[in-house]
Amino acid sequence: MSETTTDPAVEDVLLDEPAGDAYAGARETTEGTVYTVTGGDWDSVLSAVDDEERIVVNMGPQHPSTHGVLRLVVELEGETVTSARTVIGYLHTGIEKNLEYRNWTQGVTFVTRMDYLSPIFNETGYCLAVEKLLGIEPPPRATVLRVLTMELNRIASHMVALATGGMELGALTAMTNGFRERELVLDALEMITGLRMNHAYVRPGGVAQDLPPGAEEKIRELLEILPERFEGIDKLLVGNPIWKDRTVGVGHLDVQGCIALGLTGPILRASGLPWDLRKTDPYCGYETYDFDVVTSTRADSYGRFLVRVGELRESLKIVEQALDRLEPGPVMVEDTKIGWPAQLAIGSDGMGQSLDHVKKIMGTSMEALIHHFKLVTEGFRVPPGQVYTAVESPRGELGFHVVSDGGTRPYRVHVRDPSFTNLQATSAMCEGGMLADAIAAVAGIDPVMGGVDR
Amino acid sequence: MSTPELPARRDPSAVSAGDAAVRPGTDMFGAAFGGDTSGFGGLVKRPPADASTPRPYGSWFDEAVDVLQEEYSAFDDAVTRVVVDRGELTLHVKPERLAEVAQVLRDEPSLRFELCLGVNGVDYPSTPTRLHAVVHLMSMTYRRRIRLETAVTAEDPHVASVSHVYPTADFHERETWDMFGIVFDGHPALTRILMPDDWEGHPQRKDYPLGGVPVEYKGAQVPPPDERRAYA
Amino acid sequence: MGLEEKIPGGIVLTSVEKVVNWSRKSSLWPATFGLACCAIEMMATGAGRYDLARFGMEVFRASPRQADLMIVAGRVSQKMAPVVRQVYDQMPEPKWVIAMGVCASSGGMFNNYAIVQGVDHIVPVDMYLPGCPPRPEMLLDAILKLHDKIMDEPLGVNARRRELPGYQPRELVASSARYTPEGKKAAREAFRKELMR
Repeated sequence: MSETTTDPAVEDVLLDEPAGDAYAGARETTEGTVYTVTGGDWDSVLSAVDDEERIVVNMGPQHPSTHGVLRLVVELEGETVTSARTVIGYLHTGIEKNLEYRNWTQGVTFVTRMDYLSPIFNETGYCLAVEKLLGIEPPPRATVLRVLTMELNRIASHMVALATGGMELGALTAMTNGFRERELVLDALEMITGLRMNHAYVRPGGVAQDLPPGAEEKIRELLEILPERFEGIDKLLVGNPIWKDRTVGVGHLDVQGCIALGLTGPILRASGLPWDLRKTDPYCGYETYDFDVVTSTRADSYGRFLVRVGELRESLKIVEQALDRLEPGPVMVEDTKIGWPAQLAIGSDGMGQSLDHVKKIMGTSMEALIHHFKLVTEGFRVPPGQVYTAVESPRGELGFHVVSDGGTRPYRVHVRDPSFTNLQATSAMCEGGMLADAIAAVAGIDPVMGGVDR
Repeated sequence: MSTPELPARRDPSAVSAGDAAVRPGTDMFGAAFGGDTSGFGGLVKRPPADASTPRPYGSWFDEAVDVLQEEYSAFDDAVTRVVVDRGELTLHVKPERLAEVAQVLRDEPSLRFELCLGVNGVDYPSTPTRLHAVVHLMSMTYRRRIRLETAVTAEDPHVASVSHVYPTADFHERETWDMFGIVFDGHPALTRILMPDDWEGHPQRKDYPLGGVPVEYKGAQVPPPDERRAYA
Repeated sequence: MGLEEKIPGGIVLTSVEKVVNWSRKSSLWPATFGLACCAIEMMATGAGRYDLARFGMEVFRASPRQADLMIVAGRVSQKMAPVVRQVYDQMPEPKWVIAMGVCASSGGMFNNYAIVQGVDHIVPVDMYLPGCPPRPEMLLDAILKLHDKIMDEPLGVNARRRELPGYQPRELVASSARYTPEGKKAAREAFRKELMR
């Protein structure tokens, strides 16, 4: 850049009086004049924008209704949205790069924090991919436990979707009720995995530990309580005329549009296509469970909402079936070169290692000691190759492309997150509608920004 | 908050003249190779093998590749390798032909790969064409999956964009550009999507550092994960 | 800051200080700054089971202009950092910041190029709350400790009180000791002594 600038744009800013408030001025950019509004000065902005009727409004990353750190830049003409663009990346954590510096097993704790509302799905997808590369099968009890926790997680995630969707549209009772049900499910998950969220429960080769005593009764209690709570949601929202006014006809996207934009999950099912990976490309034994795929032909936000409410009931059915088919058995693969050494137990200071296992490795088996040491310090080795596995997360198809170079660390893990792809539909859904409908459309997509930005 | 400086690593070849007891070029204990006695320092990683899987591929792969060969006239020029591994079919194509192959795969009635699951990149720095772009496709009609892979060099990282064939690849190609630096020719607006707009460098390449700061705990310092000594 | 800063020291100032601090801590309005997983736990803390409304905090103000407390819940990426600072600057005084979760306190498990290693690189933090994510009870504990800290904040000429020797900051008393009957009695005694000083 030259020091003595004769750039006309710069001269204009320096010489002319900026329109707008004394506290928050205006500046020229390549997109036109940008006014910073600080409050109470809307009149001065409007008077300055006489010639143009289009205003660009930035619904910035910090916003109560944009479902996380999503930035929507909308061009408004009156109340109608003429162009809506999404800006993402405000939660980019570099998880995929972080995974390249950790063991295969440690990768579970990173992967679980991506889509933070459905952590078990992240973990299961990753572990299925690693197991495909290894060429092993987890024991049947572990598979059933995975299905059990996945469906419980689906219930919790859909409850948050309904709760936050309701809050964004103003139905605050939906928020309190939704979180109340979620607390019940989280209690059960806490009893099984030890944590309320971001449980590093599913490991390559099986699951971290078996069901503790009392967990089965607790889940059966849930099976009693939850159906009537779902009835409550029905009464509160499904027939509610205000809810229908806000969501019917909003964010319309038909089947061709959905497939072209790569949308999967409740959005695709709400446009009429019964595409559910649990039925079409089954994993973890889903082909043996009896459940329906909930669809709707409405293709709008209300349809997506109906699909989610229906899936709550289906998930409960699957949880019941999974509980009934639990047989006693190991929960981690037998091969000691891969399976995580010991099932954790509650010690005197909280969760720790199992004293039986310590006695065994220090007293009886040298081989077990060596395996434990190698597994904990460097991890197991995975034969080279690449795979792609996908699971049906509450938001759509969650895919894992895992590349191994034969070492103890992943070479590259890419996660095809459903929310990342689903967010591309925002422009198609919002343009032409009103600003408030943009909120309803985004609430119908239910993106989770942790998965979008990873 | 100032992070204290790490002590400088001892370079055994740079021994000061005052160290009379030590032979030049060696360290205190006589080691000349940096002191790592575990034996893992000498491990050599071989780059992945380059061969195509021999026919027959098994299950539906043969038929699909045959149909593609019939319908796509430039098949022999475009597709360099066909790999079948762990039940998955991967076609390695030339970078400029990627969009054409994707178009045939989508439109051909007996192939019908309508759903694109995304485009992403992998970096193999040991080979000259280090940046690979990978496209995953799914056929909803036939319930099949296929993977297309291309490879470009870092100096000339141009790949034909599939966003005209599959609009869903829009965000995915932007992410691959952002993270790897692969330029997709024909993409409507290839800009950074995850990193800030003025970020320099492509973070997920292997030569980009992980970043991160040394962590101090109770007086000891642990270096960030990419600077720790790794044995595997 | 206001008229209350100009009151001369003595019993009037101490009483005014206690009333002012009590009113500030009793209705501390948080600004919505949920970023990632910790945001969900923050919402759960505001929901029915771990009720934040009993502390006067259920109304999460969307506009930072109306908020006193910024709970930075979640990992702050490089792209988000200027936004955090801007929201902090837009909050009027007095304002407090809780760094909720290890990612906000110190970068957490993400020691890499994309995450700011601790939000205290950007804004001054009053309370650090570790956890990944911290349980709602932990967040409540942090908020109550922040209330104690606010109660202790001196006004005007008393501002040097915290630097006097033998001063015991109230928020550093462990919760297990503070909320027992003996602990509450001790706190009441200390309060009475403050008033009578």
